[in-house]
Amino acid sequence: MRLGVLFSGGKDSTLALHKAAKKGKVVCLITLVSENKESYMFHTPNIGVTGLQAEAMGLPLIKKATKGKPEEELKDLEAAIAQAIKDFEIEGVVTGAVESVYQAARIQQICNRLGIWCFNPLWKRNQKGLLEEIVAEGFNAIVSGVFAYPLDKTWLGKQIDDDMITKLVALSGEYGLSPSGEGGEIETTVLDAPLFKKRIEVLKSKAEAKGNSGVFRIKQARLAENDSCC
Amino acid sequence: MILVVDMNSLKNPFGFSEFVLPIVAVAEELEKCDVKHYLEVDERNLNICDKIILSGSALKNTVTLDQTERFAWLKDCGKPVLGICAGMQTAGLVFGGRLVECREIGMTEITTSKANPLFSSAFKVYALHNYAVVPSSKCEVLAESAECVHATKHKQKNIYGVLFHPEVRNKEVIQRFIQAF
Repeated sequence: MRLGVLFSGGKDSTLALHKAAKKGKVVCLITLVSENKESYMFHTPNIGVTGLQAEAMGLPLIKKATKGKPEEELKDLEAAIAQAIKDFEIEGVVTGAVESVYQAARIQQICNRLGIWCFNPLWKRNQKGLLEEIVAEGFNAIVSGVFAYPLDKTWLGKQIDDDMITKLVALSGEYGLSPSGEGGEIETTVLDAPLFKKRIEVLKSKAEAKGNSGVFRIKQARLAENDSCC
Repeated sequence: MILVVDMNSLKNPFGFSEFVLPIVAVAEELEKCDVKHYLEVDERNLNICDKIILSGSALKNTVTLDQTERFAWLKDCGKPVLGICAGMQTAGLVFGGRLVECREIGMTEITTSKANPLFSSAFKVYALHNYAVVPSSKCEVLAESAECVHATKHKQKNIYGVLFHPEVRNKEVIQRFIQAF
């Protein structure tokens, strides 16, 4: 089945892509770039890196800008998926939705209207298990945003590894954080993954934080040879 | 032992992880599960289980609705059954119900119309369906949304159906089914 993956460049959509590629033929990525920082659907730091990530995987990217107003952004997403159907003949869309009924339902509605399948391979997965799978599969996913107490600037730019998972799980018990950031506590950016033929090398970056809210902005990056490749 | 039946088409590469595993995760907190695809269910599976849960499936996946003869075992298996979404629709057809178009995708409110062990009053549920079942006289309605019937029970058997997805929201519905029988 020919598949398009809704791709933000974070750990969940990249893991969903990883799973989709094992069971179907991923023919394009679809990214919405939202101007609205409060968007429930699409806002994420470093969305600009998706072009490099797509290039690293050798996959075409349909990239659409959206103002991020609640209903308009759904029309923009529908237009992007419709373009993927027209240009790449996709039969299904794959998302990285885990818990968000808000996101999942809206994407289901769009796919239903367009007459294609909607797949959510991470749906309702145990969040600690998801983080462990990302590490076990060899992803280099860094924390690119923190948005909840007691997370702060010290987390920004750090790679998700076993130690970080232990800390996140402890914080989830103590403060009720969602370990993998399902409540919007953490955003991530993937710099390397099994499907990447080259890795993303960050040349310039800036960690900006105020209290328990901050982002790791990738200002300049390039593709570099993947050490584990070949 | 709970037999969880995967109602997804073999064409759906992610049906198992999206619609079956979330049910198993909830059920296994209380009891061990055995998972079988609907094409694999046989007499041995039915004999060794104590109760049965029929999973839901993707919106484009209506394959079991055209194969109700494969679910004739529901009529005489004698085990408590909970059909979820496609599971409810399929069981409803087996007992003479009628399929009608009814699209609900997202959170919706349903109201309990008859007291039962699984839920009560009005509450919000996650719906993901293009069809609903109008039950035959063999079944009674337990709950409805503004659009369609959302829960039924066979009048003589402990065969329940819910159109909503309790594994997404309302996990207690699955837990109460397991604890009740």
